[in-house]
Amino acid sequence: MWPQLEPLLAKVAKPARYIGLEDGSQRPEHANDRVAWLLAYPDTYEIGLPNQGLQILYEILNERPDAVAERAYAPWTDLEALLREQGLPLFSLDTHRPATDFDIIGFNLSAELTYTNLLNMVDLAGTPVRSADRLEHHPLIAAGGHCTYNPEPIADFLDFVVLGDGEEIVAEITEVVVKWKISGRPAGSRAAMLRELSHVSGVYVPSMYDVTYDGSALAGITPRFADVPEIVEKRTVADLADFPYPKNQLVPLTEVVHDRLNVEVFRGCTRGCRFCQAGMITRPVRERPAEQVRTMVEEGLRRTGYDEVALTSLSTADFSGIEDLVRDIADSTSNNSPVSVSLPSLRVDAFGVGIATQLQKGRRTGLTFAPEAGTWRMRQVINKLIREEDLYSAVEAAYANGWRRVKLYFLTGLPTETDEDTLGIAELARNCVELGKKYTKSPSVTVSVGGFVPKPFTPFQWFGQNTVEELRRKINLLRDATRKSHGVQVKWHDPKATMVEGIMSRGDRRVGAAIETVWRNGGTFQEWSECFDLDLWLAAMEEHGLDPDWYAYRHRTETEVLPWDHLSAGLHKDFLWQDWRDALAEVGLPDCRWTPCYDCGACTGYSIEHIVASATPPAGGSQGTGQDLGSSVPVSLLGRKPESASVGAE
Amino acid sequence: MRIRLRYSKHGKVRFTSHRDVARIWERVLRRAELPLARTEGFSPRPKMHFGLALSTGHESLGEYLDVDLREPEADEIDLGMLPERLSPLLPLGIEVEAVSVINRSDPSLQEAVTSCVWRIEVPGQSVDSLTSAVAAMLAADAIPVVRERKGKQVADDLRPGILHLSVLGSTPDDAPQAGAVFEAELATQPRSIRPAELLAAFDPPLTEGRVCRIYQWINEDGATREPLSQGAHVTAAAIAGAPREDYSDDRSHGRAHHTQDSVGSDGISDAADASAFDFV
Ligand code: SF4
Repeated sequence: MWPQLEPLLAKVAKPARYIGLEDGSQRPEHANDRVAWLLAYPDTYEIGLPNQGLQILYEILNERPDAVAERAYAPWTDLEALLREQGLPLFSLDTHRPATDFDIIGFNLSAELTYTNLLNMVDLAGTPVRSADRLEHHPLIAAGGHCTYNPEPIADFLDFVVLGDGEEIVAEITEVVVKWKISGRPAGSRAAMLRELSHVSGVYVPSMYDVTYDGSALAGITPRFADVPEIVEKRTVADLADFPYPKNQLVPLTEVVHDRLNVEVFRGCTRGCRFCQAGMITRPVRERPAEQVRTMVEEGLRRTGYDEVALTSLSTADFSGIEDLVRDIADSTSNNSPVSVSLPSLRVDAFGVGIATQLQKGRRTGLTFAPEAGTWRMRQVINKLIREEDLYSAVEAAYANGWRRVKLYFLTGLPTETDEDTLGIAELARNCVELGKKYTKSPSVTVSVGGFVPKPFTPFQWFGQNTVEELRRKINLLRDATRKSHGVQVKWHDPKATMVEGIMSRGDRRVGAAIETVWRNGGTFQEWSECFDLDLWLAAMEEHGLDPDWYAYRHRTETEVLPWDHLSAGLHKDFLWQDWRDALAEVGLPDCRWTPCYDCGACTGYSIEHIVASATPPAGGSQGTGQDLGSSVPVSLLGRKPESASVGAE
Repeated sequence: MRIRLRYSKHGKVRFTSHRDVARIWERVLRRAELPLARTEGFSPRPKMHFGLALSTGHESLGEYLDVDLREPEADEIDLGMLPERLSPLLPLGIEVEAVSVINRSDPSLQEAVTSCVWRIEVPGQSVDSLTSAVAAMLAADAIPVVRERKGKQVADDLRPGILHLSVLGSTPDDAPQAGAVFEAELATQPRSIRPAELLAAFDPPLTEGRVCRIYQWINEDGATREPLSQGAHVTAAAIAGAPREDYSDDRSHGRAHHTQDSVGSDGISDAADASAFDFV
């Protein structure tokens, strides 16, 4: 549909985001015996293009003889209006084909506030937003990504959901759908095909489950048929070495976030930060062999022409032999150009700064650390075991090595948080500025505060989050405490958005009606602060008789049925509960990558293991070797007690 | 060594911005493993100099880019092969067509280029109505416009900058919207007049369809030449290609629609001559 699109693009902002043509993009040939996947990201091109998950599946699917894959991103409101005015559908970027030509539209969901965009894109694709209203000829609407660990709020809109790593499962899904496609999709066959899909491990088909309530409480989500699994288990790729993707990372023609080569060095994280859903649901740690990383970096730089590579993971400083790897890459040249390396996550200690110093040979502008909480007590609760000395040595090392700006990330609204903890943030920031003064005239420390949203499959999933007022009060407390502190700047995330995220993070299927209403009332791009509108959400919740406070602020009990109890990230619920109790008791838990397994379930349940090249943890502060857990011996769980909290000091 | 590349930009890729194209070039030059001269400092960048920015959405048959290469490595490069070497690395729709070595002391593209020739599609216009609109504009002594400059409204006259206008006929079959096409030569000195300004200056204003920059000219002492030096390496495709057959080494034959020699030093009187109208 390029000819129809072309005149519209002349009228919209940043039209380059709709043309495709990226280096690495493909123009696959559609056929009747090939399942056509439209891989969709429910946000703008600039945000969605770099998504590695989407790019990996794009390549894997296009390598298959029975599949083709193209991409779509959310058109900005100006283009959406023109499309609707002209009666044109959502389109793919690769061959500018209408979304209706595809068999599956698969969304990557990494933020709850994009749910209304998902509905909008499904609607723009000429497809009924509710799966129950779809007919044989409509595309299947699917979703994967971190948000789908509680897909219930959007369950009514999805034909199927994918849990966990997508590399292997997309093949199995394709095999089921291709049979259906070849059969010509006879009337009434959609449900039977979906039922067959539910047999694929890792696929959740919401329409195959009954939801029952006991008053306002959820009573259970149970399969409607005996052959549909009671519990849907996530999929985990055992060894990342088998999937050196993306092989041809897309190089956009226009500016996007993370515009550089990205190479995933490991997946999973067992640091055990209790607020962190990403860490919990992606266990165990699977490192990519260092040799493969080197090859991917070298070939990627040569092919793309980038001069910057990011080594990505949830905590890249933990990669075995990271120092050697970083040194090799930073010392190399590609295409006759110097290469710069970036680590998206820096550990809070001098070791981390040492690495940063090595790779940032050029101008040193800002360094970011995430201590997450203001006091040691609070950090024990969240199991982010960074001692103050570590932070200070990291910050001092940063200033000593020429950095002028330091950014510190914190969460507020954490369980058991007191005003002392909040004020601790101000104290840390002030001390960091003082340290900086030894090295530079006007050191600057930016404190960035996010409101904490409890996430499914974390020990904090039972915690009732702070109210908008309480978060606001804490932010003000912090602002007041830093008002006179020169060099300290406070930035914060809108507590109103935090509340809506909370409703959807732990909401049940009833919340879907409110999401649909918000979308029908024009509430798209809610993750953009200029578009977010709390009133839309509150009105929609009220319209459907839903209590926002009950969803966001209520503490859950041990026995309560959670909306994601029929799904599994491998983690035993009693492990999570025990970890929650330990959190309240301010007891830390070591990293099972280097200490004995405490059987959370993520490996044991699936007969897989960590793949970590080095048996000893990296040198450094409390986040390194000597993980100082204080005087308390870590709790033993399920009868297995770690022998020692600290191992192998160098 | 400073080389000047001429490239075209057409099709979907026309929706990339000037900035986008600069970034694309930076990556492509790196991938081509050319011995790029770099700026000093903490984050060295290749030394590239672009000419007059092309608006997002406009196509072009004549874009230019100057690149500084390190010596002596640069001497090893087969310049004749450079277009073939670079084009496959560029996105679909951007093609390098010619290259030549220029003197470092030559004025920059922005300083040197004096006018651009544009082919402009006007959707919804008949050839006749466009012809009379063009005639009226050429007949006008002055075309007063108000434009914004540094936040202030300033009065300006577009007329001296309109060097030539001629209606070419109906839009080609592949045009997204049917209408008529005309060609305009617009001055870039003392300031660059954009096609959008020209269209807005018609009475009533004309709608902008597809716009393509055909040439950039340097007028020196009454003689006109393209920004590449004599003996530039031009690709076979650029010479043989149908819409680009205008581009031969001998630029004097390049003007299909009017004679450059007829444009006087101020460029106005001759351009206003109705005989400059060519109906294709
Ligand atoms: S099963 Fe054991 S080793 Fe694996 S992630 Fe859980 S605690 Fe760690």
